[in-house]
Amino acid sequence: MAADSYEDVVKNKETIPALEVAPQDLYHAKSFWTKYIFCQDAKVIGIQYGLTAVAIGLVGLVSSWLMRMQIAFPGLIPMDAAQYYQLVTMHGMIMVVYLLTALFLGGFGNFLIPLMVGARDMVFPYVNMVSFWVFFLAVIILAASYFVPGGPTGAGWTLYPPQAITSGTPGGDGLGIVLMLVSLAVFVIGFTMGGLNYVITVLQARTRGMTLMRLPLTVWGIFTATVLALFAFPALFVAGIMMTLDNMLGTSFFMPAIIQFGEKLTHEGGSPILFQHLFWFFGHPEVYIVALPAFGIVSDLISVHARKNIFGYRMMVWAIVIIGGLSFIVWAHHMYVAGMNPWFGFFFATTTLIIAVPTAIKVYNWVLTLWRGNIKLTLPMLFSIAFIITFVNGGLTGLFLGNVAVDVPLSDTYFVVAHFHMVMGIAPVLVILGSVYHWFPLITGRFLNERLGRIHFWVTFIGSYSIYFPMHYLGFMGVTRRYFEVFEGEAFTYSITGINQFITIAALITGAVQFLFIYNIIVSSKFGKKAGKNPWKACSLEWRTKDVPPTHGNFDKELPVVYRWAYDYSVPGADEDYITQDTPPSAVANARAEQT
Amino acid sequence: MFVVLLVLIVILGSVVFHMVSPWWWSEIASNWVGMDDTIILTFWITGAVFVAIGLFMAYCIWKFRYQKDKRAEYEPENSKLEWTLTILTTIGVIALLAPGLIVWNNFVTVPKGAYEIEVVGQQWGWMYRLPGKDGVLGTTSIKNIDDDNPFGLNTDDPYSLDDVLVDADDLHILVDRPLKLNLRALDVLHDFYVPQFRAKMDMVPGTITYYWFTPIKTGEYEILCAEYCGTGHYAMLGYVYVDEQKEYDEWVNEQMTFEEVLASNGKSDLIKIALNKKNDL
Repeated sequence: MAADSYEDVVKNKETIPALEVAPQDLYHAKSFWTKYIFCQDAKVIGIQYGLTAVAIGLVGLVSSWLMRMQIAFPGLIPMDAAQYYQLVTMHGMIMVVYLLTALFLGGFGNFLIPLMVGARDMVFPYVNMVSFWVFFLAVIILAASYFVPGGPTGAGWTLYPPQAITSGTPGGDGLGIVLMLVSLAVFVIGFTMGGLNYVITVLQARTRGMTLMRLPLTVWGIFTATVLALFAFPALFVAGIMMTLDNMLGTSFFMPAIIQFGEKLTHEGGSPILFQHLFWFFGHPEVYIVALPAFGIVSDLISVHARKNIFGYRMMVWAIVIIGGLSFIVWAHHMYVAGMNPWFGFFFATTTLIIAVPTAIKVYNWVLTLWRGNIKLTLPMLFSIAFIITFVNGGLTGLFLGNVAVDVPLSDTYFVVAHFHMVMGIAPVLVILGSVYHWFPLITGRFLNERLGRIHFWVTFIGSYSIYFPMHYLGFMGVTRRYFEVFEGEAFTYSITGINQFITIAALITGAVQFLFIYNIIVSSKFGKKAGKNPWKACSLEWRTKDVPPTHGNFDKELPVVYRWAYDYSVPGADEDYITQDTPPSAVANARAEQT
Repeated sequence: MFVVLLVLIVILGSVVFHMVSPWWWSEIASNWVGMDDTIILTFWITGAVFVAIGLFMAYCIWKFRYQKDKRAEYEPENSKLEWTLTILTTIGVIALLAPGLIVWNNFVTVPKGAYEIEVVGQQWGWMYRLPGKDGVLGTTSIKNIDDDNPFGLNTDDPYSLDDVLVDADDLHILVDRPLKLNLRALDVLHDFYVPQFRAKMDMVPGTITYYWFTPIKTGEYEILCAEYCGTGHYAMLGYVYVDEQKEYDEWVNEQMTFEEVLASNGKSDLIKIALNKKNDL
């Protein structure tokens, strides 16, 4: 019987011919320069993004060490208040934007999207290459601010005016703040090129049979986060431009009439709160720009290593989309005590707590995926478990801060620091680490060293939890953030010296073990145990390439045809405990799959 | 299987830490007991969820550990279970939100007759202004600020002359009297925060923000600036003294009014203008 349509073929368990697409006109590299530097292969671009992000991320890591040293052992590393605030600022901005955003979207997005949707490359490879180099330029500009007179800005990563562009703040009356804003603007330009690429590739370049509801959740997470970023970053872009105009040309977008150190400035009539609205209209979706890819990736890690389909896939997809949508109407929960109209509190507290519902569904479904699974305690699984605990902890403390009346005493204290590091610092980083262990065999063809990996896991998880869990209690006591000299306030019920030293030592150890991880990556990429094809027995397409590691163009002459979702693990009746997405029904005739 | 132990230690360790932690909030000295109560309620609900998810996960990891000849169960969806969990979560969220919004409603509704004073923040210290005998704070403008007039009072405002100016980091307030703080910043953002009062609000140049509370306990309380305001942020401290009537009156009487400040600076011409305006009233 001749099949008329795709659905008929599936129903009759036949094999579908591969989509006849003329081979995409890819630019194949001819020299070292086009192969490794100005490369148009998304996989190489992804690795370039990753390496650049990690390199600048190490600057952020060392910044946090120095900050913690000042907090716990003042004087041991000589620094003044200005330098401390520069460390605080650069740590925050580097980690949020230049490390996490760039790594998840630029790194994982580039490497995984074309492979997972069954495409040969991103739809605009040239723009993709330019995107990376614009990002690289943004990092260079950021790094340059360390070398200008006065140093980088010390305005706090939120860059609130008026202090960000006035003389009481390090870099405020010099080049520090200028370079920071220029770097962010350049970053947004670079990201927009890459982001449009990711979105269009997911929408247009999926292989035959890869319906949206068959996409791995990794792709859903990165895709939705990219859409958020395309809407959110323009707010940061315009805020940066407006503040630069206030700073350089004397306009008054954000600058009211002020008198500073006895001197009247020429600005008049601007609104500092307007900047905060623009910043957080970007800043809150930014949290989910980091979180949603982590949600997606960890769903896949749990599913593969528990040998079980992700529980409630459709609910998971909708939760990602709903969280993404809601993330645009909660921004002012960062501003409950910022001096905006207090009646806004009712609206934003309600929308914020509503987000808890789809977020909780995701947590339930991760845990229910473990339920009656066949759990392999591989390194990716260990990091996923650590992620769930960390994320649940950080998510639940969000219910304190989102509930406007509770936020009043806790805002601007260490409770906030602990909360956001748990939920958008440690939790996504645990996913990143787990996914490096998971996809390293695909990237290099070799496993990372297991023993070093175990040490890395134990120290990282116990260490990071020891840093941030006790920190909440400092916040309850009223210990305020961003204090150069941590002092024993009279409101504090117990000394904070010992606990701060404990936290600092935990931070030093947790940070140090990341260098062991980097060492593992370097050594294992050369000498690691050979992995072979699809070592985790995963269903999704990135493991179905002709070569491992995949070469330019990803797949063989024909693109894979997709017959099922990415989660056919332990299907009753099937011979193996997994059925890859490109396995036609005829090849697994006895499998009783319920969901495709 | 060590990881099961790890999960248990983390979950139960968190609970134990919470119970024995000596780091906890100081005794409240304002009427915002509702904030503390909402935090406690939030602790119970979120704590229960944290422990339940953690223990369930530890159980799963142990019970469903990998066995070579075993298969995972195949159950892509279970809409009944998913909806049950969704509804339970929604109920939990409502239980947190409702009391929170009630407390917030109290916080943003300043009672009639609350005594109004002004707190001024500037890099890196505090100043205060009391309304004086007429009970009204005179209007101000950044443009008026100079050495003779650090608050920038409008000299042509009839309410300004009797305002009591406190150009120091310490403030005295009267116990058990509802107090509305009008918050003003001269240069950058600041935040007037006393941990024992629980309340805080940013001070924003270009606008006047506020919050209110009733001090319920006499004593000496430290002020911390809670909004980053530049290199001196950490040193922007001060004291609030919650006094009984007698001590409070003594303190107020020691302070200078705007009229006295002007007189001591030899600005009697300005006083004359202001007095004329007052007479016109």
